[in-house]
This record gives sequence, C-alpha cells and structure tokens, in this order.
Amino acid sequence: MKGRSIEPFFWSLFSSGGMLAALVLPALALALWVAIPLGWLQAPGHQHLVALIGHPVTRLCLFGLIALASFHWGHRFRFTLYDGLQLKHLFGLIATLCYGGATILTAVAAYVLWTF
Amino acid sequence: MADSVAIEVRRYRPEEKSEPYWQRYEVPVREEWMILDALNYIKDNLDGSLSYRWACRMGVCGSCGMMVGGEPILTCASYLADHLPGPIRIEPLRGFPVVRDLVNNLDDFMDKLTAVKPWIVREQEQPLSEGEYLQTPEELDAYKQYSMCINCMLCYAACPIYELEPAFIGPAAIALAQRYNFDSRDQGAEERMDHLSRDEGIWACTFVGECSVVCPKDVDPAGAIQRYKVKAMTQWYKSMLLPWGERKR
Amino acid sequence: MNPEYRLYHPKWHRRKVPIFWWLRKWSYMKFILRELTSLAVVYAAVLLLLQVVAVSRGEEAYANFLAFLERPRVLAANILIILGLLFHAVTWFNLAPQALVLRLLGRRIPDRVVLLAHYLGWLAVSALIFGGLARL
Repeated sequence: MKGRSIEPFFWSLFSSGGMLAALVLPALALALWVAIPLGWLQAPGHQHLVALIGHPVTRLCLFGLIALASFHWGHRFRFTLYDGLQLKHLFGLIATLCYGGATILTAVAAYVLWTF
Repeated sequence: MADSVAIEVRRYRPEEKSEPYWQRYEVPVREEWMILDALNYIKDNLDGSLSYRWACRMGVCGSCGMMVGGEPILTCASYLADHLPGPIRIEPLRGFPVVRDLVNNLDDFMDKLTAVKPWIVREQEQPLSEGEYLQTPEELDAYKQYSMCINCMLCYAACPIYELEPAFIGPAAIALAQRYNFDSRDQGAEERMDHLSRDEGIWACTFVGECSVVCPKDVDPAGAIQRYKVKAMTQWYKSMLLPWGERKR
Repeated sequence: MNPEYRLYHPKWHRRKVPIFWWLRKWSYMKFILRELTSLAVVYAAVLLLLQVVAVSRGEEAYANFLAFLERPRVLAANILIILGLLFHAVTWFNLAPQALVLRLLGRRIPDRVVLLAHYLGWLAVSALIFGGLARL
C-alpha cells in the first residue's frame, strides 16, 4: 500500500458526483431555471418550498448533491488545467485551488442547510 | 480509380538535417494494395533510403503502425484506395522519439510493459503431479479480450496524455496488466496494483477514449483502465475502513 | 551533411506538443468540451445553493430570486448551462458501459443493456423531479 496515491478517494468523489449530476441536474436545472421562469411550470409557493427544504431528508439530499457536484468539478477541472493547458508543473497550486474551492463550497452548503 | 496518388512522408535523417521534413512521392494505385505496399513500392523503386518497420503484412506482428492522415493505423491493414484522392500524409507514430524517418524508439514502451509483469505470477507453483492449471470457458472469457493485444502501440500514439506526460504508463501496458489480473491462474494482482495505482499509472488517465477507438484488436484499453480505477477505489476504501485487513490476499 | 551530427551518436527527434493540442482533432475537441462541462456542474451547484439561501431569507428574497431568473440574460446563460449539463449527462452515460463491467452467471452483461439501464434511470429520475415540482 505504501506509495499509493490518495487519488482513489478524490476519484470516488468525482465519479459519484458525476453520476449524480448526470442523473439529477439536467432535469432540475431545466425545471427550476427555464420551465419556471418561462411559465411552463408554476413556480412553487414559498411556504411549500420552506416545508420541502425544511425536511431533513431533503436537506441531506441537497447537501450530498452540492458537495459531490463541487468535488466532481474540482477533480475534473484540475485535470483539464493539467492537460488542456499543460499546467502540470503548477500541480500544487491547481490542486489547492480546485479541491480548496470544492471544500469551501461544501462547507457553505453545510452551513446554509444546517441553519435553514 | 486514379492511376497514381501522391504520398507525403515525414522524413527525419539526422545526419543530413536536424529537423524533419516532408518528401513527396508519386506511387501507382492498385486495388489490392495496402498503404504498406505503397511504402514498399517507394523503397524498391523510388527511394531506397526510406526507413520504416514492418514484418508480417497480416495485422498480427504490430510493427507497421504509423500516422496516416493524422490517425494511427496499421499500414498493412488499411487499403491504399481508401485514402484517395490524396496526398496521403504518412508520419511516425506520435508520442515516441523518432530515430529515423518512420522508425520510432520503443524503449520506453518496452520498459513500461515489463514493469507491469505481463505474465502469470504465482506465489507458489503447483507441483507437476497435480497437473495443469485448469480453466473454464467463463474464466477464459474474463480476460480473453485483453489478451488480443499485439503491442502495436497505436493506442499510445492516439493518447494525448501519453504525449503530454511521457511518464504515464499508458493504455496497452495497463490493459495487459488487466489481462493477467483477470486470469484465474494469476496471483500477481496485488503487486501490479502497487505499481499501477500511482499518479503516473491509472490516475493520469482522463478517459479520452481514443486508445480504444484506434485499437485494431478491439482490446478496449480505456475500459480496462476505468475498471482498474474502480478496483483501486474499492481497495482504497477497504484499506481505510479495515486497516487490519490491508494486505489480505 | 548536417554539421551538428556526430557519427554513431544517435540523435532522436522529439515532437513538441502544441498548447492547444486539442484543436488538432474533433475527437480531442469533444474531449475538452466534455471536461469543461464540470464548469456547468459547479455553476448549477452554486445556483441551487443561492436558491436555497433565497428561500431561507423569506418570501421577498425568494420573489426577487425568481425575478432574477426571468431576466433575459440570466435565462440565456442558464440555457447554455443546461446544454452543458446535457452534454455531461450524455457523455457520462455513454462511457459508463466501458467502466462498469458486470457479470451475470459467468457472462458479461452486454454494453447495450448497461447503457439502456442508465438511460432508463435518467428518464425515471427526470420524470420524478418534474412531477414533484409540478405538484408543489
């Protein structure tokens, strides 16, 4: 085991985040940010949404989605910069920015959903 | 069909010029000719100084891989007529250093190949009296696809990651590691994992997928690498959650 | 003769990789676009979080947020993001059979079946989301 990288951990976040994003996000984004603003779908009332998000299961799901989607981005974007722009020599900086950004986003999501 | 076609070869002759250059040849078109036949025509009739590798002419030796029109192919397995009207541009495989004309240096691939131990590893050989290692058709089926690799290195030439990061172990070597990992007679998966689950191993791969597209034997190295990642991930979690069972075989 | 050449000292030629190497081939281009969908994913995560914040701040903040979503520029940007998300989903599912090799009774489950299962799952989840939101 010695010398093996921590990459499997980040990859597990990347791949579960990617799967979740692929399954959930297109429909969610289409409904919330296109169908509702265009009036194809009635905007849910504020009270209903408060009740929905107030439920612990909803909050847990939202947290999982946001956290994993963030780390999906962090991991994938890190390699996009490495390979797409040939910035591998900046690996320390890039990894810090990508995973750091994902961690901050996860922390903010945890705070917002915890105090909802 | 056209009578002749222009072939432009990327030539490199270090004793004459430090940089590669393009040279154009006109070769006749014959229906049954492969790209390799056109190169042989040049060598035999037009320019004996042209250097390239080939051997079997039937797509099994894996030595005549070149970039034709920017794509890595086996030149013995692609009809000249399919590349008309030309000019047909022929270059050495990408990603490898060029020794001369279309000839690459293969040391890097050979070193990587031996490093993944592409042979059956046993902790202890079974005594002869117990007979041969038997295998069911299902057990054969588990690795057969990966055993079709002919080491032609087209997958390396198609892989942008290998070109960007020459330390990357690369598609064929990882697929061949899997060929033995999935073999019921083999016990070397753990050793190979130590070598392959590194940043320059499976984790450098970003699943561009071109290796599997160009593979002439449908080995699907890209799939082999992703399966390796899944395996490495489950092992990583196991070793984290059950530290005492880390070296369990 | 090349004056830099020394007899019996092989001099290999190494090609430089251009910075924008992915412009060379359409398949590489597609790969880079696929990788860039991660930006759409993180955008969606942030916007979702902002929407939750808006809801938590009360009725007025929520109404403001809905008005913000109706601005033509925001709407256009979101449509672009959704195209990115769709590209992510399609490429993700299409590659899944290569990574996910399942065996049943000693035989490999055909790629088509794995692919179909993913798309059916996608359809089911999408229907659930639309149905759920329409009911609220």
